[in-house]
Amino acid sequence: MSAGVSLQLINVGVSYGRHKVVDGVSTSAIASGAVVALLGPNGAGKSTLLKRIAGLLTGPGRVDIVGAKREEIGYLPQHHASPAGVTVYESVILAVKRNGAWSVSAAELTQVDATLDMLGITGLAPRELEDLSGGQRQMVAIAQTLVREPRVLLMDEPTSALDLHRQLEVLGVIRDLAQTRGVIVLVSLHDVNLALRFASHAMVMARGQIVASGRSLDVISAQMMQAVFHVEARIELCSRGRPHMIIDGMKEP
Amino acid sequence: MSGRARSVEGASPVAGPALSAAAAAYRRRTHRKQAVLAFIATVLLGTVLLDLATGPARYSLGEIIPALVGADGAAPEIRAILWNIRLPTALMAVTVGAALAVAGAQMQTILANPMASPFTLGISGAAGFGASLALAFGFAILPAFVDYMVPLNALLMALLAAGIIHVFSLQRGATTERIVLLGIALVFSFNAFLTLVQFLASEQAVAAVVFWTMGSLSRVTWPKLGVCIVMLALVLPVFMRRAWSLTTLRLGEDRAASLGIDVRRLKLETMALVALLASVPVAFVGTIGFIGLVGPHIARLLIGEDQRFFLPASALCGALLLSSSSILSKTLVPGTLLPVGIVTAIIGVPFFLALILRDARRG
Repeated sequence: MSAGVSLQLINVGVSYGRHKVVDGVSTSAIASGAVVALLGPNGAGKSTLLKRIAGLLTGPGRVDIVGAKREEIGYLPQHHASPAGVTVYESVILAVKRNGAWSVSAAELTQVDATLDMLGITGLAPRELEDLSGGQRQMVAIAQTLVREPRVLLMDEPTSALDLHRQLEVLGVIRDLAQTRGVIVLVSLHDVNLALRFASHAMVMARGQIVASGRSLDVISAQMMQAVFHVEARIELCSRGRPHMIIDGMKEP
Repeated sequence: MSGRARSVEGASPVAGPALSAAAAAYRRRTHRKQAVLAFIATVLLGTVLLDLATGPARYSLGEIIPALVGADGAAPEIRAILWNIRLPTALMAVTVGAALAVAGAQMQTILANPMASPFTLGISGAAGFGASLALAFGFAILPAFVDYMVPLNALLMALLAAGIIHVFSLQRGATTERIVLLGIALVFSFNAFLTLVQFLASEQAVAAVVFWTMGSLSRVTWPKLGVCIVMLALVLPVFMRRAWSLTTLRLGEDRAASLGIDVRRLKLETMALVALLASVPVAFVGTIGFIGLVGPHIARLLIGEDQRFFLPASALCGALLLSSSSILSKTLVPGTLLPVGIVTAIIGVPFFLALILRDARRG
C-alpha cells in the first residue's frame, strides 16, 4: 500500500443564488482507511457537500486532499446513469478510459473484470443499461466509480435503490477498500444502522452545517436522533452484542 | 492493482492474459460492430452505383464502371454525363447525408433528446433563412466575404439558432419536451422570416428561393461538393477524438462530470460544430429534412451508442438514406426529377410520428 491519503475541509461553503446550501463546513483531517458516514435529514446539504468536495461545484473555503490526484477522487452521483444504448460492460469501460486511445487495452479489460467480479455483477455484463432495474443500475454506477481505483471515494446514497443483500454487499466492499487499500470513504446514508455497522466515523449535517462529528459510536446517539431527525430512538445491544438503533416513533411536539 | 498486463488490442492473443468470458464477449461485440459498419459501407457503395445509373438515360453497371475508371472502351457521352453531372450529385448526396446525420446524432447526444435534429429544432430553417437573404437580396451578414455570402449567412444564422438552443438547454427544467417545443418555435419563426423574404423578393429570386427550400441535389458542382467534403473532413475527426467523452455524456451530465469530463465545454463546442455541419449543406442543396433524425436512429438500432462506432454508423446511414432518396427522387414519378427534400420528408414524417408515439407510451 502506498502512502496514505488525507482529506480536510476548511470553512467550505456552497451557495445557490443567495441560499447557502453548505455553510462553513470544517473538519479535522480525515485519514486513510476511514469510512465516514454523512448523515442528516433531507435538504441538509449532504449531496451538495459531496459535489463540492468532488470539485463539481465551487464556493468559498478549501478542500485539502493530500496524496490523491484529481482523477483519483471518485464520486458517485445520487442520480444514476440515464439509459444510454450501451451494455453494462461498455459503460464500465467508459469510466476506466482516461486517455484518448481508441482501442481498449487488455489491462483496462482486466480492471473492468475485477470490478464487476468484486461487486458480484459479472452476470450483468452483456445486458443493455436500458433493460436494467433501478437497483441494477445503481450497482453499475458503483462499478463505474470503483473501476477507476479512487483513493478518495465520495458516494451519494449508494444504497438507496438496493435490496438488503446488495446493501450489505456494497458497503462491505467499500469498507474492505478502505481497510485494505487505505481509501478514504465519505458516504451519505439514510440508514443509521448501516452507518453504525460499516462506518468508522460519522458526520451529521443539518441546514448546511456540521452539527456533530467523530467516531460513529459516539456521534450516532439517541440525543442526536432526537435533535436532528426529530424521532424518539434508543441504541441497544442485540443478543450478539452489536449496537442497533431502534426507532420508537416521531418526537412528541 | 499491480502487475497490469501490457498487451493491447490487436496484439497476439497468446501474449496477453486469458480474457474473462465477459471481456471476450465484449471483444466479439466490437468485431460485430466493425462488421456491421463494413456491411453498411458496402450497401452504400451499391446505392451510389445505382444512383449513378439512374436518370433520364439509364445505364448499366457495365457501362458505368468503365466510364468511371476511365477505361479506353468507355463511351465519351456516358463519361461526360457521369463526371459532369451524376458523380458530383451522387457524392453530394453521400456527403450531405453523412453531415446531416452526424449533426443529428450529436444533437441527440448532447441534448439527451431522441427527437433532436438540425431540421426538427430549427437549425436548418435558420440556415435556410440566412442563405435566402443572400439569394434574394444579395445581402451579406459579413460584407467582407461577399463571395461566400450564401454559406456564411447560412452558418451565422445556424450558429444563432444553435446558440439559442444551447442556452435554453442549460436552464434548469429544460426537459426533452420543452426543447422540442423551443425547436418548433424556432422552425416557425425562421419559416415566417423565409416567407417574408419570398414576399419581398423579385419574382425571379422567389423562384430560386422556392426551388431551393425544397432541397435539391440537381445543381451540384464539383467546387460545392469540395467545400462540403472539406467541412466534413475537418469536423468528423474532432468528434472521433471525443468519442469516449461523447459516449460518457449519454450516461448523464452528472455522471460524465464525475468522471472528469468538462460537460459545459463539450456541449458548447459540439453544438457549434453541429451548426457548421448542418448549415453548409443547406447553403448548397437547400433544406433537406429528417436525414439528421432518422439516420442516427437506424445507426443506434444497428450498433448501439458507443460513439467509436455510432458516429461512423450515423454518417454511413445518413449517406445511405440520402443516396437512396436521390434514386427515389428520379424514379418515383417517371420522367420527373422530384426535389429530394420531398422524398426525405415522405420517409421522415412517419418515422418522427413513430418516435413521438413510442415516447408517449414509455412516458
